[in-house]
Amino acid sequence: MRDIILDMYQSYSSKLLEEAVEEFASLPGIGRKTALRLVLFLLKQDDKEVERFGNTVLKMKKEIMHCKICHNISDTEVCAICSDNYRDHEIICVVENIRDVMSIENTQQYHGIYHVLGGIISPLDGIGPADLTIESLVEKARNNSIKEIILALSTTMEGDTTNFYIYKKLQESSVSITTLARGVAIGDDLEYADEITLGRSILNRTKFEDIFKGMNGSR
Amino acid sequence: MHLLSLSLINFKNYEQADLDFSSKINCFVGENGVGKTNLLDAIHYLALCKSNLNPVDTQNIRYDQEMSMIQGVFSRLEKEETIYCSIRKNRKKQFKRNKKEYKRLMEHIGLIPLVMISPADYGLIQGGSDERRRLMNAVIGQYDHIYLENIISYNRILTQRNRLLKESAGRSGNLDVLEILNQQLVQYGVPVFEARKDFTEKLMPVFQEYYQHVSGNKEEVSLAYSSQLNELDFSTALRESINKDLSVQYTTTGIHKDDLQMMLAGHPLKKVGSQGQQKTYLVALKLAEFEFMQTLMKLSPILLLDDIFDKFDAFRVKQIIKLVADNRFGQIFITDTNEERLKKILKEIPTEHLIYHITKSGVDLI
Repeated sequence: MRDIILDMYQSYSSKLLEEAVEEFASLPGIGRKTALRLVLFLLKQDDKEVERFGNTVLKMKKEIMHCKICHNISDTEVCAICSDNYRDHEIICVVENIRDVMSIENTQQYHGIYHVLGGIISPLDGIGPADLTIESLVEKARNNSIKEIILALSTTMEGDTTNFYIYKKLQESSVSITTLARGVAIGDDLEYADEITLGRSILNRTKFEDIFKGMNGSR
Repeated sequence: MHLLSLSLINFKNYEQADLDFSSKINCFVGENGVGKTNLLDAIHYLALCKSNLNPVDTQNIRYDQEMSMIQGVFSRLEKEETIYCSIRKNRKKQFKRNKKEYKRLMEHIGLIPLVMISPADYGLIQGGSDERRRLMNAVIGQYDHIYLENIISYNRILTQRNRLLKESAGRSGNLDVLEILNQQLVQYGVPVFEARKDFTEKLMPVFQEYYQHVSGNKEEVSLAYSSQLNELDFSTALRESINKDLSVQYTTTGIHKDDLQMMLAGHPLKKVGSQGQQKTYLVALKLAEFEFMQTLMKLSPILLLDDIFDKFDAFRVKQIIKLVADNRFGQIFITDTNEERLKKILKEIPTEHLIYHITKSGVDLI
């Protein structure tokens, strides 16, 4: 315990150094020790390298845009996915953030477009529906060309709350609303599957034919 | 179902200990403060992933040490199961079954069914309703995992809802969210209500039988489940209490308000029961719990009796021993300060037993 306290109040030989460490340590997943390592690394670099580093961060922050259709992060007003005419614009997959878009894109199984919410409803974190892009999703659903909306949010309590909320808001429209299948993970021994997941998999079992048909790409 | 051996490193007052057990009765005798109850607590850890006494895990590590370890080898359905638990400062505690780590501790609960009778049980009578809800959760959770999942989900939604109630002023769309959260509370709360209702109804006759047996008289005892959901439809009740909830800024309706009414001859046990009667009530309740779990799980729980003979008259002690010596109980662990009394009691039962003598310097088999 004493070691930790000493470490926390460890003083740096330079005020500038300390400020830089503070900044790095404010990033998620970075503690003060790692922050110090990163700062010392930058200090050893050429001025040009560090300048490029700083400018890249600034430029990213200043110039990045959000796609006006799906709210995904983009370099242009409409992102590459939304402007792709080969994709199916009648299906929208609702996700929490850009990382989820990347995960689903990596599966190469989905050819529709996305809608990025920017978070999920969680009063504990001070996030309400007004902080998310739900209104614009409802707007899109009113447009008759949309056939299906896939809810692809995390399977947490907050994900469920958000799913229910969106579902309620979309009830008036004629869009078909689906959600990701929940079940036993591929490669898992049944013995080690938790009861909730296994129970749900039994209840929502699928036709065997659909399994090998489904492997050949999306519907 | 029984524990074959137990190894401890830096657990509470034990620097190191290795013990082998009988599949029947095991006794720990010794003076106050030598660590008899700590051995029971180690077994409690292996079964329920936590201490019966101290909810702060790191405070169960031996003074001035960094980590503590408990390992037990159980015989369960003719198969050996090695359960390992390590507690470290500033880390999550870790549980392994046959060297494979559990991703969630919840998955372990119920593998080793266990019932413990200890002086801390008085909290059930004297303490607040949370103690009695914890009792229901502990018992039902051991045979019904979905119940535990529902409790965890319910509590999560409840925290979200209470937060929303606190900040409701001025934010648009909050009432809509409140409605969704109501729906989710119902989704997880109603199955919990039903499981608790079913549990108390089935436990009641078994409990009364045990009470009469231990006390030897006809005092009427009862245990009733009280819940707002007994009279109300949860969904309607939540909707009707929204204005009240908004003004007091927390959720006033739900299974988090449940309680158990403990009665003796039609009066609250807390008020009219003598110390002996209260203890008899608790012992009968726990033994009923044992039988209930045994029937449902088709496995004899391990029974831990901590300092149980204290405060009982000779008749009650004899009655309990008669019950416990009966073959329906599996493995039993008993602690007592009075070696002579314990030996006298054990003489009267033909069951196989081991007595460990616990002193400040260590554990010896007598």
